[in-house]
Order: sequence, then structure tokens, then C-alpha cells
Amino acid sequence: MKLPRAWRQPLAITGGVIALAWFVIALSAPLLAPHDPLAQELPRLAPPGPGHWFGTDQLGRDILSRVMYGARLSIPLTLLLVAMSVLVGGLLGAISGYFGKWVDETIMRFADLVFAFPTVILAMVVAAALGASLANAVLAVLVVAWPAYARVTRGLVLGVRQREFVLSGRLLGFSAWRSLRVDVLPNVTGPILVLATLDIGTALLLLSGLSFLGLGAKPPSPEWGAMVASGVEVFDSWWVAAFPGLAILTVVLAFNFLGDTLRDALDPRTARAIKERAL
Amino acid sequence: MTLAISDLKVTLGGREILRGVDLELRAGQVHGLAGESGSGKTMTGLAVLGLLPHGARVSGRITLGERDLLAMTPRQLNAVRGGEVAMVFQDPATSLHPMLTIGRQLTEHMRHHMRLDRRQARARAADLLRQVRIPGAEEALGRYPHQFSGGMRQRIAIAVALACSPKVLIADEPTTALDVTVQAGILRLLRGLCDDLDLAVLLVTHDLGVMSAVADEVSVMRDGVVVETGPRAQVLRDPAHPYTRALLDSLPGETS
Amino acid sequence: MSIKRPPAPGDDPKAARREPGRRGARSPLARFLVRRVLTALLLAVGITLVTFVLTNLVPGDPVAANLGQRALGDPAIVAQWRTEHGLDKPLPEQYLLHLRGVVQGDLGTSQQSHRPVLDDLADSVPATLELAGAAILISIVVGVAFGVVAALRRDRFSDHLLRVLSLFGISVPTFWLALTAFYVLFYRLRIAPGSGRIDPGLTPPPHVTGLYTLDAALAGQWDVFSSAVGHLVTPALVLALYTIGLLTRFTRSAVLEVLGQDHVRAGRAKGLPPRVILFRYVLRPALVPVITVAGLAFGSLLSGTVLVEAIFAWPGVGQYAYKSATTLDLPAVMGVGLVVGGVYLVINLIVDVLYGVIDPRVRLS
Ligand SMILES: Nc1ncnc2c1ncn2[C@@H]1O[C@H](COP(=O)(O)OP(=O)(O)O)[C@@H](O)[C@H]1O
Ligand SMILES: [Mg+2]
Repeated sequence: MKLPRAWRQPLAITGGVIALAWFVIALSAPLLAPHDPLAQELPRLAPPGPGHWFGTDQLGRDILSRVMYGARLSIPLTLLLVAMSVLVGGLLGAISGYFGKWVDETIMRFADLVFAFPTVILAMVVAAALGASLANAVLAVLVVAWPAYARVTRGLVLGVRQREFVLSGRLLGFSAWRSLRVDVLPNVTGPILVLATLDIGTALLLLSGLSFLGLGAKPPSPEWGAMVASGVEVFDSWWVAAFPGLAILTVVLAFNFLGDTLRDALDPRTARAIKERAL
Repeated sequence: MTLAISDLKVTLGGREILRGVDLELRAGQVHGLAGESGSGKTMTGLAVLGLLPHGARVSGRITLGERDLLAMTPRQLNAVRGGEVAMVFQDPATSLHPMLTIGRQLTEHMRHHMRLDRRQARARAADLLRQVRIPGAEEALGRYPHQFSGGMRQRIAIAVALACSPKVLIADEPTTALDVTVQAGILRLLRGLCDDLDLAVLLVTHDLGVMSAVADEVSVMRDGVVVETGPRAQVLRDPAHPYTRALLDSLPGETS
Repeated sequence: MSIKRPPAPGDDPKAARREPGRRGARSPLARFLVRRVLTALLLAVGITLVTFVLTNLVPGDPVAANLGQRALGDPAIVAQWRTEHGLDKPLPEQYLLHLRGVVQGDLGTSQQSHRPVLDDLADSVPATLELAGAAILISIVVGVAFGVVAALRRDRFSDHLLRVLSLFGISVPTFWLALTAFYVLFYRLRIAPGSGRIDPGLTPPPHVTGLYTLDAALAGQWDVFSSAVGHLVTPALVLALYTIGLLTRFTRSAVLEVLGQDHVRAGRAKGLPPRVILFRYVLRPALVPVITVAGLAFGSLLSGTVLVEAIFAWPGVGQYAYKSATTLDLPAVMGVGLVVGGVYLVINLIVDVLYGVIDPRVRLS
């Protein structure tokens, strides 16, 4: 992967700038936000104007401030979620590919089962069963997100395993765990990283979708999906739903711009392997 | 003279790949084009058919009878391709359409160029398969390329090229991708077809052994130019250019 | 057609290759179907098990979700409710009871609607199939067209534009887009009809397939038909946007890959018209990977229906799944799981058959 040159592209730069802007907003929301995101101190349902540039919601809260604080919830949670998917899926996939036989069968059939369900429906059932909360929504998305990584990692491990150095390592008496760590892991990190970048957007869409359905963040919390849901009740006042929705859109778009560039930069064969297994 | 290439220059991505190629093909003769890999043999063949990669810039003349192929509109050129000038590619495993029956691949351009109806085209297709010695021609029409061996596929590709009775056949390394055991058969077939059908054949190869077996005339290319041309016996026995001599010397077990 | 026999272990998988033509296609097809049905059964059992485990071994309590605060305080009412719904039996027994019911075509009674789950599903599934079907059709037509244009104009302006557009397509939150479309097209511009499947004043067409557009056309009720189409267009487009983006990207790379293949150059060398080269030599081979993605995209469409149906008040499986999941209506949730898993299997089967139709190498080996 030769990143530096591949990154010098309008798409990647746009994505990087937007993502960076959101990181800054998330980090410094208390400094940037004009109001307390929970304070009901403004006129209700006021359209965008001076003092409240994104308008106010039905409880008189400033939407701009809520959107800014929302970044502190959605962005770290999404990153955490993807990191956990990578860990869980990657580990299961590596085990599956490395040990093969019934271990492989069991794990991969389980992955198939998860794949057979539309993600939102499965995540919805899991979230509902666990009880509505943002943490449980994250767990629910994790349940549907790991198989993609398991498949990709398994395929890559299978490829690496065939190569001689792994075999010779095992002949020399290295433990299976050691050869997995030393020989296999370094070879699969690149493609997994690309997949993870592309997945950040999907994860945020799913997470905010669950909150939109009332299965994630609880009411006063300025989570974007939940804010869009509250806008449904007063859809006359378009700004209540429009701005949090745009927030989701821009974050997802930024990471998709980055991921797409990253995929192009990757050599075509790996890129295709990722595509075929992950989607 | 059937096809004459003169001062053909091709530039691709700022690099001059062909630097003034001259070649002449005559009906009923096999013209061998030799040269190391990367010398521009394939590009010369593709230039004749107007199939150079995107962004290629071409100059010079390629005359077929009285007409200059390089001056033709895309539509006119399309009528020449497959009709008067046909091409056989290096690897029959990839150059035949994997999802169409042999019959379809033999007839589709016949029906387009020669305006044959289904039945006529099919009858001719079966004749062609017999001509290139495919056993069970009628049944073979309903089969797919993956059901044939490499040598058989190349025979089929030759039949496809011959379908519209071309005057010129360009065969780009037609035996390179094949087993050694079937190479001689393909070459003999080409030679026979050239004689029977009065074809002008351009046989591209980097193998001088192949050349000495079938060619009437031989040209040797290097770095995008033809360095030597002449009758086979003269070029192979008494090469004028040092490069040709070097090529000949590198042939294993070949003594004059 | 002769009787299909199941494959014996000793069958030579290469037999079809040696025995070419139509005759060779049968035994692999039989094998293929048997394998498919077995997978389907296994998956169906897996689905019931997973939904069952999920809905039982987790903290959520269906009693709390279904009974009011007052009733929850009365142990007698709670106990009676549990007995009524078979919740007093041990879990494995509950599962086996459920499984036996499924085999007999009894999916249990919804705790919410107090109707057989099968009846609820019979009402809601066609609505969703109509919506998702329209969306996948739109996605395939538009996505493949965009992808082909992008590939043929590679690195030109239209390629870059389509790349950005398709990335937008996969980045827009569906639920927000649904809301925005509803607000703009219906509430503001009044060019789209409101929610539901047809205008409130009309009666639904006589039930044949459950798809209002098709049923109305079959009955010749053109006013109902046009109303049904009108109501279908906006939610279907909203739903399709994501899959259009997906299919555009995949079609582009598939076409680019085929364009570089030898047989395309060979086809050009035959002097075939550009139209023939495009459809027969480029698009047909490119469709193989595209179809895989289209099948998978259908899954994501079903996901989208949960979010879109809520906004457009579309009485489909998405809304039903949502209601039953949030109330922990176990029979209903499992019923949805079965239906959705079944749809997945059918889609997979269609994709596999299409492979065979497009590529003889799949059919004959
Ligand atoms: N698509 C292409 N783009 C740029 N250069 C090319 C392309 N194809 C071939 N070339 C270059 O053109 C030259 C001649 O190639 P070619 O005609 O294929 O050689 P030969 O057939 O004699 O082996 C080579 O140096 C090769 O690198
Ligand atoms: Mg060559």
C-alpha cells in the first residue's frame, strides 16, 4: 500500500477535511456550542435564526448545540464499535482459517446465519431483547457486524497459511498461537484496515437507525438518530430533523470518501477479495 | 501485394513504440514476423485492425488494395475487421468468449458481415470446423470453449477468423500458449489454409524455429522497427543484420 | 424432464464435462438443488433457534412488555398470562413446541394482535415484497446503467460525478431521507401522494398476489392501479438510493475488468457492431458479479424497509417486525425471522439459477 500519493486526491482530501472537522467539533463541543444541549431555555420550535442558527426543538433546546454534542456520542461509539467488530470478527476468522475442520465449519455457519438476516431486523431484535439503551444498540450492531471481518480474515489467513514460512514455523515447533501472531497477523492488517474504514459509515448508519427506532439513545441525549426521530413528530418544523440528519450524512460521507480512496490504493486482487467476502 | 504497411509509427503515453515499420504481405504467402518480446510485433498487428490501446497516436500508411486503413472512419474500419482482415490471438483460452457457444461465435460476424441467415451461417460454420479438423463438427457447434482442449480451441479461433473469407490473416503467436505437441499441427494447418485459400498471412512469433518451418518471407523486428526483411532462406541462412545473427545463434540446436 | 435422482457419493463431478450439451446439465442440477434444500432446512432451524435463544435468554421480559403496570402487580394475572403463552414450560420444551408448530404451518399467535402470526404475515409480506421488489428493479436498472457509463467514460467527468453520487447514495441515512422526501415531495410540493399503499378513498383491489399494483392491473381497476403506483414510487426510490450507489460501484469495476479481457478485443477484431460488443461481450460477463451483489443488496433493502415503512405508514413486514421486536412478541418475531430467512434463501436460489443462465461453465460443471 502506497498511501501518500493515493491520498493526494480531491475525494480523499474532502473526506479527510470533513472527518477532521467533526473530530474537532467532538473534542471541543463544550467550547464551541452556544448553549447547553439539554437546557430548555429558548423559545420552542423557533426556525433557524440569530442566536440559534439551526433552530430549536419542541422543548426549546438549541439544535446546533445538540448536534455538536451529538458528535461526542456518535463518533467515539462508532469507532469503538468498528474496533470491536474488527477484534471479534478478526479473531474468529483467524481461528476459523487457521484451525480449519469443525472449528471452521461451526464459526462460518454461524456467520452465514447472521448474514441471512437483514442487519437492521436482527440488530433490532437484539437491541429490543437487551433493552433499549445506547450501549445495547452498540452490542446489537456488533452482533451483525463481525461476520464480514471473520470472512475476510479467514480468507486471507487461508491464503497466508498455504505459504511455506508458516508451515516451516509449525515444523520448528512454534505454537499455533505464535505463528498466528507472527506470521499471519502482519499480512492481514492492511486489508482489514480498509474494510474497517469503509465500515465506519455503515456502522454509524445502523447505530443511528436503531436510535431512530427508539432502540438506542434515551430521550434527553442529543444522539443524532434520536433527534431525527423527534423531528418526525413535528415534521412541519423541518429543521428539527434536517440538521442531525445532515450531521450523520456528512460523517458517513467523509469516511466513505476515505475508504473508497483507500480501496483504490490497495492492490486490485486484495481489493476484490475484500469486496467478494464482505458484501 | 495485398497489404502494405509503410512508415507506421505509434506513440503511447509519450513513448514511441513503433518507429516506422515497413511490411508487405502477399496473397498465398506466409510472412513471418520475428523479434524479441516487447519489440512491437503485437502492436503492429493491432494497428492494422485499429485496435490499439486507448490514447495511442498513429501515423504512416496501411494500405489494403487501394484503401488506406488508417484514413478510414470507424464504421468503414469495422466492415474491414473480421471481413477482409482477421486476427488470431495468442491465448485461445481467453480470446474466445467463455459464455457463447462455438456455433454462435462462428456465425455472429458472418451474419453481420455477409448477411447470411441462420441456416446458411450454421452450415458454413460446420464446414469451417471440418476445414480446421475439429471432429464432430455438428455437435461441436453447440458446445462451449471450456469443453475443448487448448489446441482445439486455437483451431476454433482460426475457424472464427476465416469465417468471412478474409484476404489477410494476422496470427499473433498462435502457438505460444499451446502444448509443444500440438504446435506443429496448428502451424501446418495455417500453412495449408494459406495455400488453399490464397490468404496473406502475417505470422507473428518470437520463435525463429517456428518461422523456419512455415514462412515464405521473414521480417525481424527490434525496438519498434523492422531491421531485416527477405525470403526465408536468405534471412535465416545468411542474415545481413547482426541482431538477426544474434537471434539465430541463440536458437538451441539449430544449425543453418 | 426425467426424474431427478439424488447424487450418490460415487458420482464423478467431472462426468458432465465429458458428456457435454444439454444432457450433462441434469445431474449437477439435481445435486445442486438437493444441496440447496438441505442448506435451507438447516438455516431455517438455525433461524428459529437463534430468534428463540435471543428472545428468551436475554433480560427483556415479554410479560413486562405486554401487560400494564396494574396487571403486573397481580401475580395471578401474570401467571395466567404466562400459562396462556406457554411461558411456564422449560425452555427446550418451549422451543420444540414452537418447532413442531412451524412444521405444521402454525407459527403461533401474536401476543400483540391476538391473531395467528401466519395471518399477520400474509397481510404484511406482500406489501413489503411490492416495495422491496420495486426498489430492487429500480436499483438494478439505474445502478447497472450508471456503472456502465462510469466504466466506459473512465476518469472522465461523468465517471467522477457518478463516483461522488454513488458514494452519496450509500452515505445517506435512509430514515432521514424518507422523512425529507415525505416533507418535500408530499408536504411542501404536493407532487407525491401521502402515506399508505393507496389513496384513502379507494378500496384495495381484489386479493390475488397481494401486490396492489399487480392485483389492480389484473382486475382492470386503473384508478386503483395509478394510485398504487403513485404511492409506491417515492418510498421505493428512497429505499433504492443505497442499492443504486452500491450497484453503480460494483458494475463499474466489473465492467472495467471485463473490458480488459482478451475476448473483448477478439470480438472487436471480428468487426461486430459496438452495441453487440457492449451487451454480449462486456455486459454479459460483467453481470455475474453484479448479480451476486444485487442479491445481497436485496437483503439491505429488507433492512431499509423497517426504517422507510415507519415514515410512509406502509403496512409491511418492517413495521410488523418493529412492533413485535419492541414488545418482545416472541411468536411474531420468530415468524418474521422465518419469513426473512426464507426470502434470503429464495433470493440465493434465484442468484444461483441466474449464474447458470448467464455462464455455461457454472451450468455444465
Ligand atoms: N497497453 C499498453 N500501454 C502502453 N504500452 C504498451 C501497452 N502494450 C504494450 N506496450 C508496450 O509496447 C511495446 C511493444 O509491445 P508488443 O507489441 O506487445 O511487443 P511484442 O508483441 O513484440 O512482444 C512494449 O514495449 C510494451 O511495453
Ligand atoms: Mg506480443
